[in-house]
Amino acid sequence: MSELTLTVMRLGFLAVLWLFVIVAVQVIRSDLFGTRVTQRGSRRQDARPQQNARQAASPPPQRGQQSAGGGRQRRGAPTKLVVSEGTLTGTTVALQGQTITLGRAHDSTIVLDDDYASSRHARIYPDRDGQWIVEDLGSTNGTYLDRTRLTTATPIPLGAPIRIGKTVIELRK
Amino acid sequence: MSVVTNTTTIGAIEAPSRRNTELALLAFAVVIPVFAYLNVGLALDGEVPSGMLGYGLGLGLLAGVAHLVVRRFAPYADPLLLPLATLLNGMGLVLIWRLDQSPRLIALAKRQYGAFSASAPNQMMYSAIGIAMFVGVLLILKDHRVLQRYTYISMVAALILLLLPLVPGLGTDSFGAKIWIRVGGFSIQPGEFAKLVLAVFFSGYLMVKRDALALASRRFMGLYLPRGRDLGPILTIWAVSLLILVFENDLGTSLLFFGMFVIMLYVATERTSWIVMGLLMATGGAVFVSTFASHVQSRVAAWLDPFECLKTAPEGSNMAYACDQMTQVLMSFGSGGILGTGLGQGNSDLIQFAANSDFIFATVGEELGLTGVMVFLLLYGLIIERGVRTALAARDPFGKLLAMGLSGAFALQIFVVAGGVMGLIPLTGMTMPFLAYGGSSVIANWALIGILIRISDTARRPAPAPAPSPDAEMTQVVRP
Repeated sequence: MSELTLTVMRLGFLAVLWLFVIVAVQVIRSDLFGTRVTQRGSRRQDARPQQNARQAASPPPQRGQQSAGGGRQRRGAPTKLVVSEGTLTGTTVALQGQTITLGRAHDSTIVLDDDYASSRHARIYPDRDGQWIVEDLGSTNGTYLDRTRLTTATPIPLGAPIRIGKTVIELRK
Repeated sequence: MSVVTNTTTIGAIEAPSRRNTELALLAFAVVIPVFAYLNVGLALDGEVPSGMLGYGLGLGLLAGVAHLVVRRFAPYADPLLLPLATLLNGMGLVLIWRLDQSPRLIALAKRQYGAFSASAPNQMMYSAIGIAMFVGVLLILKDHRVLQRYTYISMVAALILLLLPLVPGLGTDSFGAKIWIRVGGFSIQPGEFAKLVLAVFFSGYLMVKRDALALASRRFMGLYLPRGRDLGPILTIWAVSLLILVFENDLGTSLLFFGMFVIMLYVATERTSWIVMGLLMATGGAVFVSTFASHVQSRVAAWLDPFECLKTAPEGSNMAYACDQMTQVLMSFGSGGILGTGLGQGNSDLIQFAANSDFIFATVGEELGLTGVMVFLLLYGLIIERGVRTALAARDPFGKLLAMGLSGAFALQIFVVAGGVMGLIPLTGMTMPFLAYGGSSVIANWALIGILIRISDTARRPAPAPAPSPDAEMTQVVRP
């Protein structure tokens, strides 16, 4: 067997061994770089296509799109959501571009202990420009912005009360 | 309310079972040893070795059976453990077969025992038994929590396993250590199995007692000392197993058990003081043993300066022998360099005795070089990483502790063997899991992988659907 062939085989074998290690590490890449939070978000949105179809005007909220397109939030944009009436009075949630869901379901961002709220009552999300939008998710008793019952996704003015059952929330700077 | 039905809950992500990933990696893991086999054959004789097809098919068959059993009985198991173990086992077979071809080792065997018998076919048989053990573990152990019931039985079993080599007529004293028993022509090393059983005992015991151990403690010189009645039983069992091991001259295994004990205590109680105490006790024990046991002294001398010790040690003594081995091992690693001499082209057979068991890593070092040694250490590292990951993912404390203990023991074994062979720590006769020649080691380590796969299957299995919650109650309608 010629020296050249053996050298090539020797180096080739080492390359194959390393290839195996690299492939193995690729398999566990998900462990090294955190959990599948982003997947989870997209799955949740995939799961409710009917609503979006019904309210075709509303753009699908997507995390990350805001930072990709617009950069920093505008001046005067709200930074937190405050519960001002109801059992959860005083609760605040920082607004960081994530969708906030409200309802009695355990997986809601704000779990309402309120007999007049639906399991999945409403959600609040930023649109492409960073404007916060509230959308009723087909709740039984409806979501009110000031005194008007919401029929479509509506931008939220700063400080305007949003009423869900006995709970009132508003956006503040 | 129609909204509720079509929204998935957070946390209930379907975990992919990843069995196909495992199959692809497994195929890769079988092809690599076949390539290595071809490489050795071409380098030694210049032709394709005759047994290549047989070994390749044999390994492929074993891997296939293991994969099918995992697919059927542990569908959510970790996809990496089986391919990694298969690759290491296959590479071990090739390296052992390569050392079988060495004229020096054949001559040595003929001089010492009058006849030479190839080790590779035996190792192939042990691998088959190992896979059978793996399959058995997966078939019998449907849920690892069952082992929890056998906490104290496993304590007794571990003690019996450790005591067996001391039974006259059953135990055999070979190569200065009384760790083998001879049953019907087979040598068995019960210590390898005791490792698994002891891990079961430690996790079962610590799971029940960990709160007492962590909280009901007195502070003494900055360390938390638990009450005697909590610590007593486990300390006793540890001391007894150590004493037996010291008596049997098997210090590598005693270091392994001690390390496993400390790791599991630390994981169970989250108290750093255990690590401090463990290191102090290990140092004390090492100093004590190296002053009193003569065969450890020669190991230490061979570790400190093998070349000097080779010159000064009396001819033909035990110490000269240990030093000669160590110098040969170091020369092997040195002549391998970065890229190695190539499979089948090294002279690691100069190590002579135990070249294919305790010192097999020197062959890797010489023929595959630093690059290859790193691959092997990474492969072991990945197995350990998957074990620890399984422990993190496990939902029950017993599974957590058991996975952690087993992977900790595995890691320590790699450290003790590789460190000893490379001259980082004094040599203690232990075997590189899967790589080295030896039936007990291969079988016990396949069982270990089987248990880890079982725990990881339970841990990665998607959680059952949550019970209907108060959400399901009807929302009251506001009547105007």
